[in-house]
Amino acid sequence: MKDIAIVSFAQSDCVRNAGAKNEVELIMPVIKSALGAAGLSTAQDVDFTCSGSCDYQQGAAFAFVLGVDALGAVPPIKESHVEMDAAWALYEAILKIRMGHADSALVYGFGKSSPGELPTVLSQQLDPYYLAPLWVDTVSLAAMQARMMLDQGVMEEADMAAVVARSRRNALANNPHAQLKGEVAVEQLLAEETWVSPLRKHDCCPVSDGASAMVLCTVEKAREWGKPYAVISGIDHRIETHNLGARDLTRSVSTEQAAAVAGVSDGAIEVAEIYAPYSHQEIILTRALGLGSETVVNPSGGVLAGNLMMASGLSRIGEVAQRIINGDIKRGLAHATSGPCLQHNLVTVLEAA
Amino acid sequence: MSEEREMITGIEVPIYLKYHFTAGEATARFLSQVRQGKLVGQRCPSCNNVYLPPRGSCAACGVATTEEVEVADKCTVESFTIVYIPIPGNPIQPPYVIANLIPDGANISFIHLLSECDNDTVHRGQRVQAVWKPQEEWDYAMDNIRYFKPLDEPDVPSESIGKVPVTGWEV
Amino acid sequence: MSQPELLSQDFELGFTYTRSTGPVVGRFLTDLRDRIIVGIKGSDGKVYVPPMEYDPVTAEELSEFVEVGQSGEVVSWCWVKEPRDSHPSAVPFAWALIKLDGADVPMVHVLRASAESEVSTGMRVTARWAEETRGFITDIDGFVAAGDES
Repeated sequence: MKDIAIVSFAQSDCVRNAGAKNEVELIMPVIKSALGAAGLSTAQDVDFTCSGSCDYQQGAAFAFVLGVDALGAVPPIKESHVEMDAAWALYEAILKIRMGHADSALVYGFGKSSPGELPTVLSQQLDPYYLAPLWVDTVSLAAMQARMMLDQGVMEEADMAAVVARSRRNALANNPHAQLKGEVAVEQLLAEETWVSPLRKHDCCPVSDGASAMVLCTVEKAREWGKPYAVISGIDHRIETHNLGARDLTRSVSTEQAAAVAGVSDGAIEVAEIYAPYSHQEIILTRALGLGSETVVNPSGGVLAGNLMMASGLSRIGEVAQRIINGDIKRGLAHATSGPCLQHNLVTVLEAA
Repeated sequence: MSEEREMITGIEVPIYLKYHFTAGEATARFLSQVRQGKLVGQRCPSCNNVYLPPRGSCAACGVATTEEVEVADKCTVESFTIVYIPIPGNPIQPPYVIANLIPDGANISFIHLLSECDNDTVHRGQRVQAVWKPQEEWDYAMDNIRYFKPLDEPDVPSESIGKVPVTGWEV
Repeated sequence: MSQPELLSQDFELGFTYTRSTGPVVGRFLTDLRDRIIVGIKGSDGKVYVPPMEYDPVTAEELSEFVEVGQSGEVVSWCWVKEPRDSHPSAVPFAWALIKLDGADVPMVHVLRASAESEVSTGMRVTARWAEETRGFITDIDGFVAAGDES
């Protein structure tokens, strides 16, 4: 099987409202930047392009097709799309390369959630007979998950606030793209009112507009290009039942399974970037991934500092890859999630060449 | 439980979602000028094609378009279809003609209505011109142009469609 | 080029779907219309409410329906202080995971209460039916504290 390298990554700022920028205007700068860092200029220079986005977010049918206008797709290119986070577009690109159908790929994700009411839009991804007609929103589902953990004594509210405080602090120190950052004390956070009890507003990721992009290829191709790279040493994704009542919401079995297959425990994890849209979910995920105090969790601040719906998962992988490319770390993991209450999870292990 | 009861086999689950849409920069720029009665496209710095309406990029080259170019409201029919079936929500009564039109000075077509024409003789290469609403009704919308109607000009041959300069078609 | 004007507009997107229910969901909804709640037995004998078509672990096709109670226990819940336009309540309410008597798997539904302090994990609740039932998940208007259903 071919070893796969990530050679470049670019992400936009996370902003609450990108206003007068259409899909192309959001995507083009990060694509140019990712391609440029790999020494390339358009999608013609890679063998395959795959994107992740969801048209319901901005309420524009086939918005992902308009996004192709940013690529330079004449003459026609090999292109695909997932109606999911672009971390799964990366997965598709990896399969394409492993099957020998491509040696290089451009992957990008974008989200413009500001035109709609995201938690309500996401209610329509649920079971269409039993849940979607109730319009139960994703924040409320996460809040019930958090309550279970509190009731069972798996964590305390102060543990949730500590996750938020660390996210804001890390974002201030390390992430120029963050939407929420700063020094804030746990006591200060706990003094705030609940929003969808037991969650406070700060326990929930913000709604952000933006995009991210990545170039990957075979290790041989990366050497040919003469670019530094991070190697994907393991990747796997697993999904659980859509029936929330049938899952143990206090743990993430699918993350545990994906982590085992991806080989997380085969070596020390220096940095983990975890896609936890709610503070309590970071606690679930660090446990599911078996991470201890030797691992720096979410040095970027994670998605509590800014959540590009449909690009955040790819950004987690990019955050880790970039640290390896820069020579800051040797081994790290990235996690991406999809669906309500961490239904579907993808784990990637990245290593220095 | 009665065995004769009527079983539910299907349900109606209408979904209505509210959005606040913001036009992109290129679209906003285009519509602001349509409101002034002008058709302004954007030129690709790489292949020089002019797009109308502009999307902010050249789809062929994958580069941002920045140079604005005013084009004519005279166009050439690149392609067309005659619609005979009513489409839900569309107030226009069939039959009517929908055409891909390339304005003089642009290289890529946009879609609009043809009217005041003989539907049976509409053809590729035909010359047409915009029929604008009265100026006081102009808004940020392409329906400032009611439709396009035929011009009494010679046809543009296939190989020249999409290459007519802004100054017009001269044989 | 100068900065363009910012042009924006409200709009509503409608997807007027009708969905086929199939025999399992159809049976559940038909029973709701008759003010009866049924679940289905999974491969391991666990009772799922609402019924699932396939077992989430074994993928076996399920068919053994079981009528369950209309009261049950709150397994988890959250309090919605500021209901959204789309929510099935204009005043503050709770969402809850409710395990009905005779069921093993809890279901998500609305829990109506006048204040957050009246809701707790483990509390007993009872289904309150809509005035008219039509074979839809909202035939159960919501759950209320046991004893408050009338």
